[in-house]
Amino acid sequence: MILGIDVGGTHTDAVLLDHYEVKKKAKVLTNRENLLDSLLEVTEEILSDEGPEILDRVVLSTTMSTNAIVQDKISKVGMILASGPGLPPSMLRINDDTHFVSGYVNHRGVEVAGIDHDEISKIAGNLREKGIEHVGIVGKFSTRDPHIETDIGDSIHDKFKHISLGHRMSGNLNFPRRIATTYLNAAVWDTYNSFIDSIKEFVGRFKTDFPIYILKADGGTFEIGQSVKCPVQTILSGPAASIMGILSLTNFKEDAIALDIGGTTTDIAIFAGGIPLLEPLGVTIKGHKTLIRGLRTRSIGIGGDSRVDYENGELKIGPERIGPAAAFGGPSPTPTDAMIVLGLTDIGEKEKAEKAIAGIAKSMNVSLHDAAETIFHSACETITSSVRDMIDEINNAPVYTVHEMFEGKKIEPTLLYVVGGPANPMAPRLGDMLGCTTHIPENAEVANAIGASLARTTTELTVLADTEKGTLTIVEEGIQSEIPREFEREDALKICMDKLRERAIKMGAKEDDLEIEITEDQSFNMVRGYYTAGKNIRIKAQVKPGLISNFQKGETR
Amino acid sequence: MNAKKTGLIFFPAFDWAISPTHPEREERLLYTQDQVFEEGLLDLDNVFEFKPGLASTEDINRIHICVPGAESVITESHLISAGGAITAAEKVLTKEVDNAFALVRPPGHHAMRVVHGARGFCNINIEAIMVEYIRHKYGHKRIAIVDTDCHHGDGSQDIFWHDPDTLYISIHQDGRTLYPGSGFPNEFGGPNALGYTINIPLPPNTSDEGFLFALDNLILPMLDEFKPDLIINSAGQDNHYSDPITNMNFSANGYATLNERLSPDIAVLEGGYSIESALPYVNVGIIMAMAGLDYSFVREPDYNPREIEQSSEISRYIEDEVSQIYELWKNRHSQKAEMVKDAKYARRSRSIYYDTDGINEEQEETVRICDDCGGMLTIDSKASTGNRIFAVIVPGQSCPACREKGEKAFESAETGQYDYVYFQDRDRNIFIVK
Repeated sequence: MILGIDVGGTHTDAVLLDHYEVKKKAKVLTNRENLLDSLLEVTEEILSDEGPEILDRVVLSTTMSTNAIVQDKISKVGMILASGPGLPPSMLRINDDTHFVSGYVNHRGVEVAGIDHDEISKIAGNLREKGIEHVGIVGKFSTRDPHIETDIGDSIHDKFKHISLGHRMSGNLNFPRRIATTYLNAAVWDTYNSFIDSIKEFVGRFKTDFPIYILKADGGTFEIGQSVKCPVQTILSGPAASIMGILSLTNFKEDAIALDIGGTTTDIAIFAGGIPLLEPLGVTIKGHKTLIRGLRTRSIGIGGDSRVDYENGELKIGPERIGPAAAFGGPSPTPTDAMIVLGLTDIGEKEKAEKAIAGIAKSMNVSLHDAAETIFHSACETITSSVRDMIDEINNAPVYTVHEMFEGKKIEPTLLYVVGGPANPMAPRLGDMLGCTTHIPENAEVANAIGASLARTTTELTVLADTEKGTLTIVEEGIQSEIPREFEREDALKICMDKLRERAIKMGAKEDDLEIEITEDQSFNMVRGYYTAGKNIRIKAQVKPGLISNFQKGETR
Repeated sequence: MNAKKTGLIFFPAFDWAISPTHPEREERLLYTQDQVFEEGLLDLDNVFEFKPGLASTEDINRIHICVPGAESVITESHLISAGGAITAAEKVLTKEVDNAFALVRPPGHHAMRVVHGARGFCNINIEAIMVEYIRHKYGHKRIAIVDTDCHHGDGSQDIFWHDPDTLYISIHQDGRTLYPGSGFPNEFGGPNALGYTINIPLPPNTSDEGFLFALDNLILPMLDEFKPDLIINSAGQDNHYSDPITNMNFSANGYATLNERLSPDIAVLEGGYSIESALPYVNVGIIMAMAGLDYSFVREPDYNPREIEQSSEISRYIEDEVSQIYELWKNRHSQKAEMVKDAKYARRSRSIYYDTDGINEEQEETVRICDDCGGMLTIDSKASTGNRIFAVIVPGQSCPACREKGEKAFESAETGQYDYVYFQDRDRNIFIVK
């Protein structure tokens, strides 16, 4: 059986899946001060009738790293940046302990300036004096050749508890994001590791062996032992769990929209051919733009409990929530109250809802029904216009080839999935407005935990081959090797597939789950002085976000 | 510096080349892309990337006479690079951004009014198409184009030669030492637009000092007097000290400084073929300067200001030239009478060589002398492709007399000896072929 646990901001949910059927659900309040307590509580509840020996797989989606970052409960980090030319240091400094050092490689990974060991050991001494135990080292273009980062790391590693290296965070270009990602990784390393240690200790008591996976922001999982190397990947797994949940409760291969309508906010996600879309570069957390692969979501400030106000001839819904709906004793009218008045749902106390909406109707000088209808429609309108903006943004993303300009695929969703409290009353109208067939998945209240349970292991890999230099780089794995001049694109493709497979299995993937996709495939002739001097080959591949195999979407009951 | 909202239209055309080893090939903006991405410029709160639109045949026919038609002289890639320039203009004119940079290829400033094929890697003139698009959509504007490509922008000069509302300034390596061999100070505009074409040829090995001297002491003062509604930088990057096909000593920091001081509303990439050593840094410098950011840390890995310093002879030469050209500009209004006397029409005959496509063209251009507009224009052009054409062009903001004469000229033009006869009326957005 599979145990899936989603530690959310308010509740911690757990499901026990037996042959992909929900055998048991449990829900406890999240203890924000001690997430482990909530975990233990929900696990005990769900395993009350069973022994731990029934477990084949446990998957955990946790807000541990996210909370640490959002609440500023992070370690002090010393940052060492080999920034080379470009943006001024003032735009790159991420905290008071950021130090700039000499040494950098250019866009082709050729060293232009070497590192200065005296300079580095002085900085290390300075950081040590301040009691700093965690260090991030990031070099410009380190994804092209990481040796500046590794050389700096090697020279000071014995002085610190842990060192995070920029090139291990992602194979993508973007120096400021690499700095932020590395910084956050170093900053949550301690908190995350002690959390994982406690989990291991707790599980150790079971005296039985099963793999434990942690959910990442991209909707994929990695094995717990791997997760401690790069804890920052576990941030924002909550929205990812919700999207994977919808995927696990439904069965589609079309372009689709998924909405999770909560009390305060609505989260939007888009699927292309049944696969959830990823953020182009990485997720953003607490103002930090990162290189962390994450599912593409947009959160808007409207939900069932948004405050409704009519002022100066203008109807305002949200973004703030000041309490529950009036029908549940809340202080202000809400879209939920409007839905109650319209008879779309029969929750709460109808009289209270009517009284609250009557106030708005009076200001608007319309009937109670018309006021409720206007509020309801306007709430739907706010959501659908954000959905359309998001789709436009995806379809108008810049492309860099003539082929893509003329043949590029456009997302045209035909399906709408809605989960969350107001899903039932709102879904039909939203579907009409978006021109989509509407579905409300069952078991939606534990969708996140189910999504986490069934998420497969994902990862990506970047292969760069420069046949003029004669080098092959797979930066995520820290691999650099020599290649012959006649090395071709096909060779790079093969290496990329093999190494991606190896990497995924190391991270905990099963052979059957390796649904691989080439995401970048470019080969340029490098011409110098009218002669072809070599090839610049760039291949990127990923294991797509999706569900573990032997499991057909929509089978969960 | 104040931060500005800057739009970036980036289209490197990674699948398009003139030929596999041509400087205008797939690889050209590869390292620029790497540098721009690695610097994270697109993440900045005041930098916005936009997908280019597509230019239409109508946009091309507003400015060019393509022989036999627009479709025959272009590829899809040209529609995107011209479309990218138009997108840049749209974003600025709708005030979505303060300025915009179309970092697109292929380039356009060697493409002249009549197009029989490609010359100087250019098929259609993407800035000229953008300029007339702006006027068509947003009303007539006074526009200054400052062409900082190392090669004389002979195509742009040809197109705006008779237009007193477009001040075209080209600063480039002396034509005696570089393609296309033109662009001397005495090329000064047609009789109705004298002084609105300005050429500033600089000697080989001119460095930052010389470029910025000409900018501060000639270009900026002329712009102050011309008072354009829009300033466009035709941003070629082949003045760079590492460029393989030119001989100048301009640096990335120099380009950035130039853009900071010039403060163009729109910049459009032209040439620049030092794809690894110059373009990544020059483009990052230009974007940062346009966005009002501190670009002082942008420098080429091998930058050594002492090595590329210009000689004192060059400095003196440029000082002299700048003051002579400024005199010429100051006296532009008094020269027309002397030049045209009592002639009703002015005629010029030229041979034009299309180096990229190997075509020869013989062209005779006749402009009506007019004090009220740029003057009605007729062109008789014969190319080695075998095509002979006649074109009648009624300029933008044309006076009634020039329009009437133009319409008559087209009506009475016999198709007999010509393969095609064209009529182009900018104000009315009319383009007819017979």
